[in-house]
Amino acid sequence: METPLAVEHEARPELRHHFADEQQQRNAASLGMWWFLGTEIMFFGGMFCGYLVYRRMYFTEFAAASRTLNLPIGAFNTVVLLCSSLTVAMAVRFAQLGKRKMQVRMLLLTLVFGLAFLGIKGKEWGDKYKEHHIPTFNHYNVISGEGALTKEPGNAALLGLDKITDPVKRQQREDEIQRRTKIFYSLYFALTGMHAIHMIIGVGIFIVITWMAHKGRFTPEYHTPLEIAGLYWHFVDIVWIYLFPLLYLIDRRGA
Amino acid sequence: MANHSEHVASAGLYWLIWGVLIICTVLTAVVATVDLGKFNTVVALGIATFKATLVALIFMNVKNTSEKMTKAILISAVAWLLLLLFLSLADYSSRLAG
Repeated sequence: METPLAVEHEARPELRHHFADEQQQRNAASLGMWWFLGTEIMFFGGMFCGYLVYRRMYFTEFAAASRTLNLPIGAFNTVVLLCSSLTVAMAVRFAQLGKRKMQVRMLLLTLVFGLAFLGIKGKEWGDKYKEHHIPTFNHYNVISGEGALTKEPGNAALLGLDKITDPVKRQQREDEIQRRTKIFYSLYFALTGMHAIHMIIGVGIFIVITWMAHKGRFTPEYHTPLEIAGLYWHFVDIVWIYLFPLLYLIDRRGA
Repeated sequence: MANHSEHVASAGLYWLIWGVLIICTVLTAVVATVDLGKFNTVVALGIATFKATLVALIFMNVKNTSEKMTKAILISAVAWLLLLLFLSLADYSSRLAG
């Protein structure tokens, strides 16, 4: 079959003239998003690498600090995000089938799940503030008070604080724990914060996509913006799939 | 027309994948509390990788995409990431050991 290089498409306004057909145009758009996601893997990869190196160096302190994160809420938030991925996949499917109303419903659900995730994350950050676990603040304290690491069962033994009787040595160890856990919380806020920024951008993109779907802009033949926005959303989901065990589950044995 | 060749997955498949992802999330949270020695981290990352693979293959349509280059980009990006992590860890580990 001969493919014309450039033709006018009066009946198919979405098709740009420099593409041979819709298939090629769609593939080019999806490929562009995949290239971008490749750079995103590198971007998050750098932070994951820093995390892994420090986790190896200060494993006990990382494990003790990890136990202060709220495991049930973290797991619940993972479920919320997985639900949003399902609704995105469903929205694309309804676009393929040409069902506009269901498409819009799925996209609205996606926005609800996305915003719920951000709200829950915000609550967790608020808790960290109350526990004095934000590393840049002067009131950062993991030794005593609201956010003492030893409040978590097993942490005193894990950190070796139960065996030190000499007050000078104890002070030295406590200072060391303060310093090393600060690195954990810095990485925690950098990773979850950067993930949240991606979520906020994703919600912004999906508000536009929902509006376009509502206007009936997506058909079985053309729904590329929805499809590639979906790729981005699923990628952000995958980042969280790794962040959850790496941050919350460092060492929960016997919890 | 080539533009009608797009693969439409069944709704049942998407629900199934979602169900497996939820079960895996609960599983990873529960297994983390069991003492498996050094294998706790391996299991946690294994489950995470399984979940990520499902999302990529089914939800992101890598399995049935009509664009073959997608797989090439994905594989090279992951390989590059592993190279970064593996060499960095090898470097730091050997220095800390010495």
